[in-house]
Amino acid sequence: MPALKHPQILLASDLSDGEVVFLGAEGWERRHARARVAHDKDEAAALESFGKAEIAKNRVVDVYLADVEVGADGVPTPLHYREKMRLKGPSVRPDLGKQAKGAAHDRP
Amino acid sequence: MTAHDPSLARPNAPTTTYRYDEYDATFVRERVAEFREQVRRRLEGALTEDEFRPFRLMNGLYLQLHAYMLRVAIPYGTLTARQMRRLADIADKYDRGYGHFTTRQNLQYNWPKLVDTPDILESLAEVEMHAIQTSGNCIRNVTADHFSGVAPDEIEDPRATAEFLRQWSSAHPEFSFLPRKFKIAVTGAEHDRAAIMVHDVGLRIVKNDAGEIGYQVVVGGGLGRTPFVGKIIRDYVSRADLLAYLEAIMRVYNRFGRRDNKYKARIKILVHEKGIDEVRAAVEAEFAAMNRSVFSFDPDEFERIAAFFTPPPYESLPAESAKLRTQRVAHPAFGNFVDVNVSPHRVPGYAIVTVSLKPIGGIPGDATSQQMRVLADASERFGFGELRVSHEQNIILPHVKQEDLFDLWKLLDGAHLATANAGLVSDIISCPGLDYCSLATARSIPVAQAISKRFSDLSRQRRIGKLGIKISGCINACGHHHVGAIGILGLEKKGQESYQITLGGDPTFSASIGEILGPGVSAEQVPDVIEHIVDFYLAERLEGEAFIETWRRIGHARFKDVLRREGEDGADI
Repeated sequence: MPALKHPQILLASDLSDGEVVFLGAEGWERRHARARVAHDKDEAAALESFGKAEIAKNRVVDVYLADVEVGADGVPTPLHYREKMRLKGPSVRPDLGKQAKGAAHDRP
Repeated sequence: MTAHDPSLARPNAPTTTYRYDEYDATFVRERVAEFREQVRRRLEGALTEDEFRPFRLMNGLYLQLHAYMLRVAIPYGTLTARQMRRLADIADKYDRGYGHFTTRQNLQYNWPKLVDTPDILESLAEVEMHAIQTSGNCIRNVTADHFSGVAPDEIEDPRATAEFLRQWSSAHPEFSFLPRKFKIAVTGAEHDRAAIMVHDVGLRIVKNDAGEIGYQVVVGGGLGRTPFVGKIIRDYVSRADLLAYLEAIMRVYNRFGRRDNKYKARIKILVHEKGIDEVRAAVEAEFAAMNRSVFSFDPDEFERIAAFFTPPPYESLPAESAKLRTQRVAHPAFGNFVDVNVSPHRVPGYAIVTVSLKPIGGIPGDATSQQMRVLADASERFGFGELRVSHEQNIILPHVKQEDLFDLWKLLDGAHLATANAGLVSDIISCPGLDYCSLATARSIPVAQAISKRFSDLSRQRRIGKLGIKISGCINACGHHHVGAIGILGLEKKGQESYQITLGGDPTFSASIGEILGPGVSAEQVPDVIEHIVDFYLAERLEGEAFIETWRRIGHARFKDVLRREGEDGADI
C-alpha cells in the first residue's frame, strides 16, 4: 500500500449548522478523538471517496483530508494550525466552539 | 419615474434615516420568502452545494471555520435604536449573544444555523434590514462617511446619494454577475473618513464653478492582493448624470474586466492594465452612446430620498456648554473621553460621540447584545435614536447635546463602552482573521489584543496621538492593513503564523499604500516591533506632526534602519 507522509483524517462541515465534523468509524462525529485515521493512500482515498458521496447526499459540505499525528492514546491531532483551530474554536473566545463543550480535549 | 409612492415622503419628519415604503418592504419580504424556499430545497437535497452557494452568498451567508456566518448590511452605516435592539435580539435568539461590526459598516453573526437564517432575515426585514448583496460578485453595501449630516466640513450629506445608489444597485440584473465584487463609497466632506480612494468607485460630492452639486468620480482603488489607490476618472459629474455615468463605468468593467483569473478580476486591475486614460475613453464613449433616458435622473425621487435625511429637531443652544466645561475639569476621566472621543458638530451646542468598540485587550468591533441595547438606549436618550457604524469598527452617536455628554459617558462607562481611545494606537482595525475566517492565513485578533495591552496606558496613547494600526489575517486585506499608518498582515510562513509590517499607509484623500518594513516576525514579536516604531516616531517627530507626516518627511529607509539596528542589538526583530 502506498505510504502517506503523515496519517490523515477527513474533516467537513455539517450542512445544517456548519459545525466541524470528522469522519469516524460509524459516520460523522463532532469529536475529533473519534475520527477514523488513514495510514496509507488507499485508506485516505477511501475516506475521501466516502466524503464525496456524503456531499452528494447533502449531509456535509467542504470535505477535505488533513494531516495528523497520532498520540500514544490513539487520538489524532492535526499538524497544521488551521485545523488545530477548527478542533477547538476561536482562540480569543474559549467560551465558544468545541473547546467550550470540552470536545477539543476528548479521548475516545 | 419611480416605483415608490412619493406621497409617503416625509419632509421635515423627525426621523433622520431612510424608511421603507411598501415597495421596499415587499421587495425585501419577497427576497426572504425566496431564500426560505432555497434553504428548504437545500436541506431536502433538491439543491446541491454548488447550486446553493451563489444563493446563500447573495444573501450574506458564508461558511466559515467553525460555523456559518451571516453578514447583515447596515447601509451607509446608519442604524436606528430599534434596529440596533433587533440586532441584539437576533444575537441572543439565534447566535451567541454578540455581533462583530466590520470594516464595511456591516455586522456579522458568527454562529447562525442554516435552518435559522430565513427566520433571522425575516426578523431583520421587520425592522427594514437585510443581508442582500453583502457577498457575491455584485455591487456591495454602499458605504459612507460615518459623520454624514453632522460634520462641520461637509458640503452635503452623502447618505441620500448612497441610498439612491443602493436602490439602483439592488438586484440590478445587469450587474448581479460581475467579474468580481464591486464596492462603492461616498463622502460629502472635505476630509475623507470613508476611504473612497481605495474603493472600486469612490464618489466625492463637490461643487462646480456654478455652485452646483455634483460628484468627483474615482475609479480603480482597492486593497487585497494587489492594492491600488484609485484614480480620478472625472472631476465633475452632475447629479443628473450620476446613474448614467456609473452605468457606463459598470458596463465597461463588465465587458472588459477579466474573468479568467479571480485575482485579476477587480476593476482596479483593468485600470492598472489598460491605464486610466484608456478606461476613461471607453467609459466616455459608452456614456455618449448609451440611451441615457433609461437612467435619467429623477429629481423628485432624489428629493423623496433626501427628505429622509433632514436634520433632527435640534434645540438652539450656545456654541459651548458651560456645564460641560465644569464637568470636564471635575471628572478627569470624562475630560479625557471628551478630548479623544468627541468631535465637533455642525450645530452649535451639539457633539459627535465615537463609542469605541476597542476596549484595552478586547476584540476589535465586537459588541455583546447587552452593549447593543445600551447603545440603543443611549441613542434614544441622548441622540434622536440614531447610530452609525464606522468602517473603523466603532459606533457613532451623531447628535448629542454637549450638556448631555457627562450623563452619556456614565451610561457608556457602566457597559464598558467608554474607552477613551478613538483614533489612538489601541483603536485598531482588525479583521476576524483565522479565529473565524476560512480564508485567513493567520490570526489577527490576538495580535490586536497584544498591541492594545502593550499600550494600555491611555495617557501614553494620548501623548503618541492619532495613529492608525490596521491588521489583516490574509492578503484579502479586510483589515485595511495597506492603508494603516502601521499595517500588519498575517501570513503563513513554513507552517507558522508570520506577520509582515508596513508603514506609511493612508486611507484619506492623500491616500498611499504602506511599504514593507522587513522580513516577517512572529506574533509574539509584533508588539515589540510596534513599540520600536512608535518610539522612533516620537523621537523624530516635529511639533504637531502626525505619524504619516513624519514618515513622509524622513523617509521609509530611516524606519527600516532603526528596526534593523534594534534587531542587531538583540531584540530579535
